[in-house]
Amino acid sequence: MEVSKNPSNTTQGTTSEESPPRTGAEKEAVFRARGITKTYRMGEVEVTALHQVDMDLYYGEFVVLLGPSGSGKSTLVNILGGLDVPTSGSVRFREHDLSTFDDASLTRYRREHIGFVFQFYNLIPSLTARENVALVTEIASDPMTPEEALQWVDLSKRMNHFPSQMSGGEQQRVAIARAIAKRPDVLLCDEPTGALDAETGILVLEAIDRINRELGTTTAVITHNAIISQMADRVISLSGGKIIGVQRIERKTPVRDLAW
Amino acid sequence: MKMKGQALTISLVMACGIAVFVMSLSTLDSLQSAQTAYYDQYRFAHVFAQVKRAPNALRERMMEIPGVAQVETRVVVDVILDLPHFREPATGRLVSIPQDRPPRLNGLHIRSGRHIEPGRKGEVLVSEPFAEAHGFKPGDGIRAIINGRLDTLRIVGIAISPEYIYQVRAGEIYPDDERFGVFWMGYGELSTAYDLEGAFNDVALALSPGASEPHVLYRLDLITEPYGGQGSYGREDQLSHRFVSDELAQLRGMGLIIPSIFLFIAAFIINIVLSRLINTQREQVAALKAFGYTHFEIAAHYLKFALSLTLLGSIVGVALGAWLGRALTDLYSQFFRFPSFHYTLDPGIAGLAVIIGGTAATLGVLNAVHRAMKLAPAEAMRPEPPTVFRPTVLERIGLQHLLSPPVRMILRQVERRPWRAILSCWGIALSIAILVVSNFMVDTVRYVIDFQFHTAQRQDMTLTLVEPRAAGPALSAISNLPGVLRVEPFRSVPVRLNHEHRSRRTGIMGLSSERELFRLMDMDEQLVDLPREGLVLSEKLAELLEVELGERITLEVMEGRRPVLETHVAGLLRDFSGTSAYMDMRALNRLMRERDTLSGAFITVDPNELNRLYETIKNTPGIAGASLKRASLENFQDIVAENLLTIQLFYLVFAGVIALGVVYNSVHVTLSERSRELATLRVMGFTRGEVSLILLGEMAILTAVAIPLGLALGFFLASITVQALETENFRFPLIIEFSTYVYAAVAVMGATLLSGLTARRKINQLDLVSVLKSQD
Repeated sequence: MEVSKNPSNTTQGTTSEESPPRTGAEKEAVFRARGITKTYRMGEVEVTALHQVDMDLYYGEFVVLLGPSGSGKSTLVNILGGLDVPTSGSVRFREHDLSTFDDASLTRYRREHIGFVFQFYNLIPSLTARENVALVTEIASDPMTPEEALQWVDLSKRMNHFPSQMSGGEQQRVAIARAIAKRPDVLLCDEPTGALDAETGILVLEAIDRINRELGTTTAVITHNAIISQMADRVISLSGGKIIGVQRIERKTPVRDLAW
Repeated sequence: MKMKGQALTISLVMACGIAVFVMSLSTLDSLQSAQTAYYDQYRFAHVFAQVKRAPNALRERMMEIPGVAQVETRVVVDVILDLPHFREPATGRLVSIPQDRPPRLNGLHIRSGRHIEPGRKGEVLVSEPFAEAHGFKPGDGIRAIINGRLDTLRIVGIAISPEYIYQVRAGEIYPDDERFGVFWMGYGELSTAYDLEGAFNDVALALSPGASEPHVLYRLDLITEPYGGQGSYGREDQLSHRFVSDELAQLRGMGLIIPSIFLFIAAFIINIVLSRLINTQREQVAALKAFGYTHFEIAAHYLKFALSLTLLGSIVGVALGAWLGRALTDLYSQFFRFPSFHYTLDPGIAGLAVIIGGTAATLGVLNAVHRAMKLAPAEAMRPEPPTVFRPTVLERIGLQHLLSPPVRMILRQVERRPWRAILSCWGIALSIAILVVSNFMVDTVRYVIDFQFHTAQRQDMTLTLVEPRAAGPALSAISNLPGVLRVEPFRSVPVRLNHEHRSRRTGIMGLSSERELFRLMDMDEQLVDLPREGLVLSEKLAELLEVELGERITLEVMEGRRPVLETHVAGLLRDFSGTSAYMDMRALNRLMRERDTLSGAFITVDPNELNRLYETIKNTPGIAGASLKRASLENFQDIVAENLLTIQLFYLVFAGVIALGVVYNSVHVTLSERSRELATLRVMGFTRGEVSLILLGEMAILTAVAIPLGLALGFFLASITVQALETENFRFPLIIEFSTYVYAAVAVMGATLLSGLTARRKINQLDLVSVLKSQD
């Protein structure tokens, strides 16, 4: 049963010093998940999406969660992001135990700490790029301005365009701007390039990478594309609802050099 | 099915529309067939005439008139009744019947007891409403002053007659079952009491099919004239028949106009809701197409859905309508006396309602399915390109800084799909309109009561003399009655007004020039002056006679020497009830070539002296009747409350259900159309409350736009209804109180809120994860 081996923090702490802009704070875990199991009922059948998973996520790191579809990676990220609660086990975000949060607390948690990016962008079609971002900045406690957020993804010039007037890559960058505008503690991206061609995907990944480096936002990217994992600090591989391996990337590949 | 709530509310809206339709039409149908059956079975006469005194032998001459099938001669007299337990004077109408055989015409239906028996003195049958009002049973005795002598009438049976389905005293509009009753008595006894042995003073004729009524009337007048004939008339001038027909006409107005409005609005709403509902299933339609389903199969699938809703709504609606129709029929049976009053539901009526509802549903489905099928399957399988939006008008004119992104979302949604927004708006507006229409009648009736009984008429009582008297002595006699405070004389003359080929029986009311009690007012509450010469006619009467202001008009006086006079129409009066003609009393006296003469007086009375006044009136042979305004008011309110307002209550409840159904469906369809966006907002950290506000904001805007629209529409429909309800006897002003508008608006806002709360539950249950995974 003990397949999901969680690498110890201390041993990794030392090796990670070669990684780009990091401080000592990294040793502290933002998330500390222990023994999370998630089961769903699908009619008569009970499906186990996650089984006894332990996982940590450290300040400022860039993690890729790699696995085929159905491996449980989305479920894991949804639980970390406060969209879902585990059936058993505990998830600590800093000093808080997320598994005890009710819906209102989870909402507040998402609002203040988490930025989401999805495969299908999920922009509000009736709002312009700037307004999509403003939607978030209006409810956040210490946001950047929508203009500033769009500058981070290099879309200042397309600020007043509606989603229908933008390419898929541009839409995804707006989604990223929307996610980071609140200055989240964690940026969670679920297959951010899944609906894009490679060239556009690179642009999107560059934006995510830049934010991770320059803003220091802890970032987790879900993908089934192994190539993307080369840009990460750490790669956590999942299969069948369990973590089957954790790999520290000693030499990160610059995003520009990725190709698939 | 996830749409259980929506399906249920659609069925409910349908059921309400159908129920109102079925209720009204089946009641009307039942009433009409009861009336026809009654008239046929009990041989209701076609022509009526009163004479002073004519020998029974005259019957043979009447029988000879071509087209006359049957003739029945009788003695009819009105007497004052002395009811020990009832202080106020009551009038009894004594009608003679043959002792040895049933009447040839106007047969009696005996409800309880038995027929009178030959040779027994003082036996009478009494009309059912009067018996009920006083609790009389066969075996009871009643004292009446018959030709000046106090006599005791012994009730042997309780009966009804097609002549008195609506039992109303001459000159009054509302039946007063406590103060007016009909008694049937043996011819021998009644004719002897009034010195009319071998003679009659009233005749009823039946016509053979195809007979010319005007011709018979003309011939009959020639025959009766030497005997003090007062002019014959047909059913349309027979009081009971006229009121029953009027009521049926009114019911037809109510029974067709309002329920049709209901049914069509319900049908329209179902159309909107279904087409929106199916629109949200666009992708499924495309997927089915991709699997190789034909257009026909897909349409059939959704049609089955719509028709099962229709079926459910129809079954509930027809059952509810039949149940209410039965209740309404029972209500009418207390009011109209028919021997048998069976509620029948014509399957055709139910069928028609179901067809209208089913057609609306089918059209809604076909429209939506057609739109969904225009899309190529592959197009719908691919992630949908973002819909095209642009800044709204408000923003383009520079107001964008006032609007937060959620507000802009709402506005742009509305503006981007104006057609959908317009339809939702229409649905809500129609339900507001339905509420206004359902409620305004109450306002109107209240206004009419207040106007008629408080503003215009200020007398306590109207006294009518047996015969017109010289004004001077009569006035002083009336003034000297106990408790009388103020006296205002009037002269009323029964006439037939003729203008060209049109004619109408009515009474001319001569009013004194100083009118403090009986004030003549038009619909605008303006006092009307009576010109020194000429007639002032109700607009309705002028319309019936096709006479215009200033034209000459002939009046055949139906009393005394029966002169034929001519005058002109000096004024028209817009009034609410009756077909009246007014004239200055002195002008009328001059026209009649009589000295100052009066027929009665309006009086006000010291309430402490009422008992003594009643006692005196009962013992004053010169006074034919006393009608109390209070009693008229109560009767009016009884009738109105029992009929109109009961129906209104049904309408109001149904309108509420329809309003709720529309708003509920609009909210829930909007919710399913927007669930992805709303889930995205929730993921971004918007609270349930904030997300609900965005959803409800759209509804709030649509409701806000719909309210003035709906109120205006309600006003329009109400004015149509008022016109549809207009009859000879009643005309309703269009009075809509502010509170009715407020009620309609508040009720719909309440429905929005309530629907919002149910939607809120769905928002709470939004599956954030799966919504985000789907490509929409």
